[in-house]
Amino acid sequence: MKANCWMGKKSVEVVDVPDPKILNRRDAIVRVTSTAICGSDLHLYNGFMPTMKKGDVLGHEFMGEVMEVGRDIKTLKVGDRVVVPFTIACGECWQCRHDNWSLCENSNPNAALSEKMMGHAASGAFGYSHLTGGFAGGQAEFARVPFADVGPLKIENGFSDEQVLFLSDILPTGYMGAEMCNITPGDTVAVWGCGPVGLFAIQSAYLLGAERVIAIDRFEYRLKMARDKCRAETLNYEDVDSVSETLIEMTAGRGPDACIDAVGLEAHGHGLAYMYDRAKQAVGLELDRPIAVREAIMACRNGGTISIIGVYGGFDDAFPLGTVMNRSLTIKSGQCHVHRYMRPLLKRIEKGEIDPSMVITHRMPLADAPKGYDIFVNKEDNCEKVVLSPEWE
Amino acid sequence: MQRVTKSVTINRPREEVYKFWRDFENLPTFMQHLTSVTVTGNGRSRWVANAPAGATVEWTAEILEDRAGSLISWRSVAGSDIQNEGSVRFADAPADRGTEVRVELAYDAPAGSAGVLVAKMFAEEPGQQLRDDMRRFKQVMETGEVVRSDGSLEGAGQGVLKQRPAQAPEMEELKGLK
Repeated sequence: MKANCWMGKKSVEVVDVPDPKILNRRDAIVRVTSTAICGSDLHLYNGFMPTMKKGDVLGHEFMGEVMEVGRDIKTLKVGDRVVVPFTIACGECWQCRHDNWSLCENSNPNAALSEKMMGHAASGAFGYSHLTGGFAGGQAEFARVPFADVGPLKIENGFSDEQVLFLSDILPTGYMGAEMCNITPGDTVAVWGCGPVGLFAIQSAYLLGAERVIAIDRFEYRLKMARDKCRAETLNYEDVDSVSETLIEMTAGRGPDACIDAVGLEAHGHGLAYMYDRAKQAVGLELDRPIAVREAIMACRNGGTISIIGVYGGFDDAFPLGTVMNRSLTIKSGQCHVHRYMRPLLKRIEKGEIDPSMVITHRMPLADAPKGYDIFVNKEDNCEKVVLSPEWE
Repeated sequence: MQRVTKSVTINRPREEVYKFWRDFENLPTFMQHLTSVTVTGNGRSRWVANAPAGATVEWTAEILEDRAGSLISWRSVAGSDIQNEGSVRFADAPADRGTEVRVELAYDAPAGSAGVLVAKMFAEEPGQQLRDDMRRFKQVMETGEVVRSDGSLEGAGQGVLKQRPAQAPEMEELKGLK
């Protein structure tokens, strides 16, 4: 089959690889009808995630049609249409039983690697380095889905792929980012990053009762989407000296009640702190550039909440822990527990409360994946979200 | 003797976890180096393990102590390729957390291929092999089998250097798998 593979830093290629096979009794094989490039795929593309191997099949946002099931699968049958959550979860361990699916204790065969870096391991995930298990991803004609009796969500209501594809990751991720803010009436929520996850976080914050949402980015086309499609007030950080001071002023000195970091480890910024992180990251002394989360911490009102859904890989310098402690801030974070949110969010889509397809700016055949990565990483052609399909020529 | 201990918490009832281990013939499903264990009667069992270069190492073990639901201990009988002993303890974890399993193994490193096997099992990081085996034990008890990925076809314990790229294997690559 054809699959989009990581071939090295800044290099992906669509090549022929063997078809997926059932390796466990609870596997299914899915024929991919739609898949997408995630902002977090760009961290792999740019070479910021360790333990990638040449030839790794990329992609963790995908959906399609069940082609084959392992012998213990009773809940799916050939021909079912499913959206697949990007995290892999067994459904049996203590964490799965407590609804913390991205912390599944069994789905990552390479947990030992993660334990060395992070103390404990998180769950397995599709197409996202060997730290998360070495699972082939979904930017391919076919994909193997482990624990297919637990993860995949059946789509039976005739929705198009584009309306439900993002239940696999970015819609639940943005929603969890807003949910972690414990929004109460009158709250102002600030969201760093107007990529697709940021946009879904903005919409979710309003759905959960926020009074105001302020969105921060540097690309005017993204800020426009935040204003036009998500009703956010916007702040271009290149227009101001200090994001946190501007936010504090916008909220009459209080600061946003909650701050969502939808940027992660490759944040941009200006000034000395940015130069410092860039230099250290370039020579491998620091894995992350935590500019957005630093700003979020400085801006947040006393006793407020910082919600981190942007991806971080390792250790971060000049982290303002004193601010967190002295001002009673709460930090919440996590890879999205996608399994927890898929069904409730499908309901919201059914009710018309949210239309996830609004983030899509580019549609391409799978064969054009390298071009998709290129325009997405360079923010060319007002690129916000690229959907790929093996079915398109 | 070299000693190593590791523990793991398994989200299954203590009786069930004990019973699975007590049937020694189940051990090769999650212990990577074991090829087979055959129960021969009178508390004795015959263990066969893989050594490098296709060689095998064998020994007979006898049960020293067996307390239903809480403890099993064993040791190799005189004249084995590898002198070894082990114990496994089962205790209720707090609240709804299942069962705490604590394993202790001890080996004497002899000369020859058996010695190489022992060296390999203790590798550079004493205990990593046992930790990986315990992870697989947890997977078997909680999910029914050892979890495989395209990069780690044999499941937990494939160091990053030994991993394949994350793409599906050819059929031939699946033949030698346990």
